[in-house]
Amino acid sequence: MIEIKEVYKSFGNNQVLNGVDLNINQGETIVILGRSGCGKSVLLKHIIGLMKPDKGQIFIDGEEITAYSYEKLSNLRRKFGMLFQGAALFDSMTVEENVGLGLTEHTALSREKIKEIVKEKLRLVGMAGVENLKPAELSGGMKKRVGLARAIAMDPEFVLYDEPTTGLDPIMADVINELVISLRNTLKITSIAVTHDIVSAYKIADRIAMLYEGKIIWVGTPQETKNSTDPVVMQFIHGSSVGPIPTLT
Amino acid sequence: MFKMKNSLRVVGRKTTLFFEDLGGIAILIKNILLGVPGSFKRFHLTTEQMLFMGVNSLPLILVTSIFTGGVASVQGAYMFSDYVPMRYLGTAVGKTVIMELGPVLTALVVAGRVGAAIAAELGTMKVTEQIDALETLAVDPVKYLVVPRFVSGIIMLPILTVFADFIAILGGLVVSVSFLNVSAYTFLNGLKLFFRLRDVWGGLFKAMTFGGIIALIGCYQGFRTTGGAEGVGRSTTRAVVLASVLILITDYILASFLFGT
Repeated sequence: MIEIKEVYKSFGNNQVLNGVDLNINQGETIVILGRSGCGKSVLLKHIIGLMKPDKGQIFIDGEEITAYSYEKLSNLRRKFGMLFQGAALFDSMTVEENVGLGLTEHTALSREKIKEIVKEKLRLVGMAGVENLKPAELSGGMKKRVGLARAIAMDPEFVLYDEPTTGLDPIMADVINELVISLRNTLKITSIAVTHDIVSAYKIADRIAMLYEGKIIWVGTPQETKNSTDPVVMQFIHGSSVGPIPTLT
Repeated sequence: MFKMKNSLRVVGRKTTLFFEDLGGIAILIKNILLGVPGSFKRFHLTTEQMLFMGVNSLPLILVTSIFTGGVASVQGAYMFSDYVPMRYLGTAVGKTVIMELGPVLTALVVAGRVGAAIAAELGTMKVTEQIDALETLAVDPVKYLVVPRFVSGIIMLPILTVFADFIAILGGLVVSVSFLNVSAYTFLNGLKLFFRLRDVWGGLFKAMTFGGIIALIGCYQGFRTTGGAEGVGRSTTRAVVLASVLILITDYILASFLFGT
């Protein structure tokens, strides 16, 4: 379980997180909605310890991680996998090396065994047979799927998705959505996705949260979110330029 | 009054940035030194960098060194004319190349070629979140990216310098024999005349230090990159300029210690 308590973060004069409170239950998929630049990715980076809050606490399985040393954070991160917005595949490595890097670095498995696991993870995301390609030879959707294979290579308990469907055509976006659902069902992973893609959120989420002005202003099931009378949530899910959310930011 | 306040603000900001950089570099040095013992576990990363820094720099070093030696001979002959016998031309060229020109020019060439490439590569990795991705895989970016470059810098620069010294002296010899009316026998005798092994070790120690500086500054600037392609360009330029300036300052300090009377 992940508990986020009163987390604040600012960059210069820009207060990005302004007292975020959120609990994420074991095994669920929670989608955090919000406008571009509202701090969704920053929140995700706090959960995995890439950023430290100015104030507030984050608990993973009951342990507070905000005061963790670099070594302790490193150990904790082995429980996590993360899919980045642009996939963030290592340009200089092949797909196989990308997916297998965590295993090469942290396990004593033989090269053959690692190859076998990489093959299996690539098959899970529908990318079998691309082991020897470089990231530059892959399309946007393929990169995301390889990034997902890398994120699940170490069998993590938690997977974080940073804008998993952004920049993809609707069909490829749905392929990614199906993958997220299938990973949750088959591997029982706790998933946290940040996105502004409403269609994707309705499809993959057990619960939807909304980040607005640095705070979580809404948490509910997809059905509750659809029926929400909160004017900010309503404006966002209907994609309207008229409402309480200022458009000139 | 407003102008003065503004100027003070700029000075204050620049001073803060300077000390921020100084602190950042000091922390990076500490982390590199802690990571060096473990670098043998991933020695293939170091050998890749050695190939890039060393072997691939050879053609450029060859061209710059041969002309550097030639220029040293021509300038030496000009300064000696009518005052110093030409049998000392080999001594002058040899000493200048081994103690100064070889290590410094090699370092400046490598700073331009390799320092820029390191900053650009790591800078691109930073802005495309590849460095964050390494951290999420619990892989320490300093140990994985910086240490191999640092180790290869301190190993390859002295090797490149030996090559540069040899080629520059050869260039000096060819120019002396072909254009300055000094025989090969006279030039080589001059070279041997005041030859001291200590000069060679001093030059190589300098080269080793410069190799560390190039890798360190390239990596530091790469890690600090923000703001997309423009930021990568800025980091690359800063890496080359800062490394070159530091090489020249360090050269003076080391020369004073190693060869000072």
